[in-house]
Amino acid sequence: MLTMQGVSKSFMGVRVLHDVTLDLEPGEVHALVGENGAGKSTLMKILAGEHTPDTGTITIDGTAHAFTHPAQARDSGIGIIHQEFALLPYRTVAENVFLGREPVRRGLVDRRAMERRTAELLAEIDVTGITASMLVRDLPVARQQIVEIAKALASDVRVLVMDEPTAPLADHESERLAALVRRLTARGLGILYISHRLPEVFGLSRRITVLKDGRRVATLRTADTDADEVVRSMVGRELTAYYPPRARPEEIGAERLTVSGGGNDRIRDIDLTLRAGEVVGIAGLQGSGRTSLARALFGATPFTTGAMTVGGRPLRPRRPRQAIRAGIALVTEDRKTEGLALHQSVRDNALLVTRAVPPRGGPPTGREITALLERVRLQARGEDQQALYLSGGNQQKVVIAKWLAARPQVLLFDEPTRGVDVGAKAAVHTLVRELAREGLAVLIISSELPELIGMSDRILVMSEGRLVGALPAGADEESIMRLATGGRRGGQKDAA
Amino acid sequence: MTATGPGPLAPPRATARTRGSRLGDPVAGVWLAVLSVTVLGWIVVAARGGDFLTTTNVVTILQNSVALGLVAVGQSAVILTGSLDLSVAYLISLGTLVAAETMASGGVVTAVIAVLALSAAVGLANGLVVTGLKVNAFIATLGTAFILRGWIEDNYTGPAGKVPASFQHLGYDRVGPVPVSVFLLAAVAGAVWFITRRTRLGHHMYATGGDEHAARLSGVRTRRTVVVAHVICSLCVGAAALFLAARLGAGAPWAGTEARYDLESIAAVVLGGTALAGGRGGVTGTLGGVLVLAVLDSVFNQLAVDPFFKNVLRGVVIIAAVAVYARPRRAAKGRPTA
Repeated sequence: MLTMQGVSKSFMGVRVLHDVTLDLEPGEVHALVGENGAGKSTLMKILAGEHTPDTGTITIDGTAHAFTHPAQARDSGIGIIHQEFALLPYRTVAENVFLGREPVRRGLVDRRAMERRTAELLAEIDVTGITASMLVRDLPVARQQIVEIAKALASDVRVLVMDEPTAPLADHESERLAALVRRLTARGLGILYISHRLPEVFGLSRRITVLKDGRRVATLRTADTDADEVVRSMVGRELTAYYPPRARPEEIGAERLTVSGGGNDRIRDIDLTLRAGEVVGIAGLQGSGRTSLARALFGATPFTTGAMTVGGRPLRPRRPRQAIRAGIALVTEDRKTEGLALHQSVRDNALLVTRAVPPRGGPPTGREITALLERVRLQARGEDQQALYLSGGNQQKVVIAKWLAARPQVLLFDEPTRGVDVGAKAAVHTLVRELAREGLAVLIISSELPELIGMSDRILVMSEGRLVGALPAGADEESIMRLATGGRRGGQKDAA
Repeated sequence: MTATGPGPLAPPRATARTRGSRLGDPVAGVWLAVLSVTVLGWIVVAARGGDFLTTTNVVTILQNSVALGLVAVGQSAVILTGSLDLSVAYLISLGTLVAAETMASGGVVTAVIAVLALSAAVGLANGLVVTGLKVNAFIATLGTAFILRGWIEDNYTGPAGKVPASFQHLGYDRVGPVPVSVFLLAAVAGAVWFITRRTRLGHHMYATGGDEHAARLSGVRTRRTVVVAHVICSLCVGAAALFLAARLGAGAPWAGTEARYDLESIAAVVLGGTALAGGRGGVTGTLGGVLVLAVLDSVFNQLAVDPFFKNVLRGVVIIAAVAVYARPRRAAKGRPTA
């Protein structure tokens, strides 16, 4: 149905794609995997008409196309679900679904037809809980994604490209999405599925194409391969020790941060202790209050009740500045808007925190910053490269470096490896463990259960704004999910 | 508005707002402000033994709103689309001059066509510079303003041309108690409201202002949309120029700049609840914003407030209004993030 043949693309002399060939059959999920910077996004943008290829052809049902505007790609039956949704928050679901192709009657937009057809579309893909006249900003992320899918379907797409569709979703939402993907392929849609999460790639796809450094390394039949082979071809090496070893009991030391009875309008009854050398994982569904907890500890949306100590001294931070002074660092889930000054250099970004809040031992020297960037294993053209042009993984490393420059005692990570490729992910994991070993207290929030289980010395589960359970290292996904979804078994508090 | 309800498995959540419910909406807010400013004015003036809500006074308020109203309606169109127009004041001046001079030599119809053609050309130029050369709208239209100013100052030293009595009807006649010019404003505002709310172009204006990238990815021709918005804006400004020419009986180099229609129109738009970043708001709110300013002016005049202090009060009102809009709404606050 769709063939991309010999596609190459360079940006300012740098070759990003090299002779890539890919085909898609109707009713097939074809997964596209590769590290960040492997060329997946560029390939996808060429398909979407956002970039024009230097060489190569796109053929749909035997007709060759050369797209110069996204509208042409869409009119040829190609729909894209971007990682960052292309939705207008202050417009209704129907207005978003039909954006750019509003039904017209006698020259005027036919709102009623628009809403009726939106409702029909949503019913067709068996989605409930979304009404055509709701404002998009009032919908949770998972529902917004469905609006994106409905938007693509509204233009009769036959090829749907999904870029990291599960990145913003919690596990149970991902399962719902997988079910939706299967329903779509049953209708004959071909789906090009980009993902870092191999389990879901294996659960959904018929074929897997691996990109590396802008070239196609392999196209494998999913049934004939396994995760090891795919990972090997992605990175060109075996990733056996995926997670570094956990802390031994004697490595876990003094209390660095305690909370008792903490709460605000989103979370309540928080009792929590973080110790030097220990990595504590926080599990929970989207909306369970995980991010709110991190933001409360960091003073961004402060606790309004309860007591908190940092480094043994009582302190309930009311502002991030106070928390930073006390040695708390927060790596937020959205590094592009909350973590980095994208248009500034790597060096300026690494100095972001210490310039604002000079640490006690004085601000770090240039040499110290260089050493820090080496330590986080940053791969960049140089320290003056703009953060904007780094891959997701390297951006995350800069954010971590920025915090390490402030010499923190407590490190909070919200989705530490979201949108980060496999290689950089392992680097981040190793680094986090090293930091714990050096005596930092670490808290990790993650929607990816394997990561949470692999990294944590102890797992706390949140549900509806409360900590509903504590599980030891190596707990299985099932018991975590049982607690997170509200099955209150083993619901002892964080008594440790 | 009937929408197919969600299935029995997922009951509709009471918190989700739809297009129908507009509580806390700035547009509703600004009209409430018009009402309360009027009531307050009436009380204050009555306390001093005056009468605020006389026909004369109301008509004066309306009449005084026409020029700013026309410009602000046009300004709403560009601001909604995510752009801005700082050249409106000089375009008005030039418009009155062209109108009066053409009327003196040719005919009224020729003059109207000439002014609208000039306006459309300036709007087109603004739009093309903003979209084609990718110059920030603030700078691009400021540049246009300088160019128009240079042209005016080079060619005119004072009032020029003459508007025939037949055309001055637009400025002075009434139908019953209502000035003819108010109908002009109503017609222009109605047309722009219709375009923004009921046509695809309008939907695309909201989309382009809301998120240009998203709109483009959805197949919206964002550049063309911005250009058309600029043309619409300038045409409204042309209408304002024609009205002012009719009022003044001649063209004047200071017709647009003395009343500072550039910044006043932006103030009215923002006061009306349209986001300066684009994508939210509309003409209805802008008219409310214009009326708030006009009613305030009238109250200040009746109370003989010192003109300098008057401006201080206007400044306070504008800042306070936008500060109120900037407050997070409760519905959005109640939803926890992950």
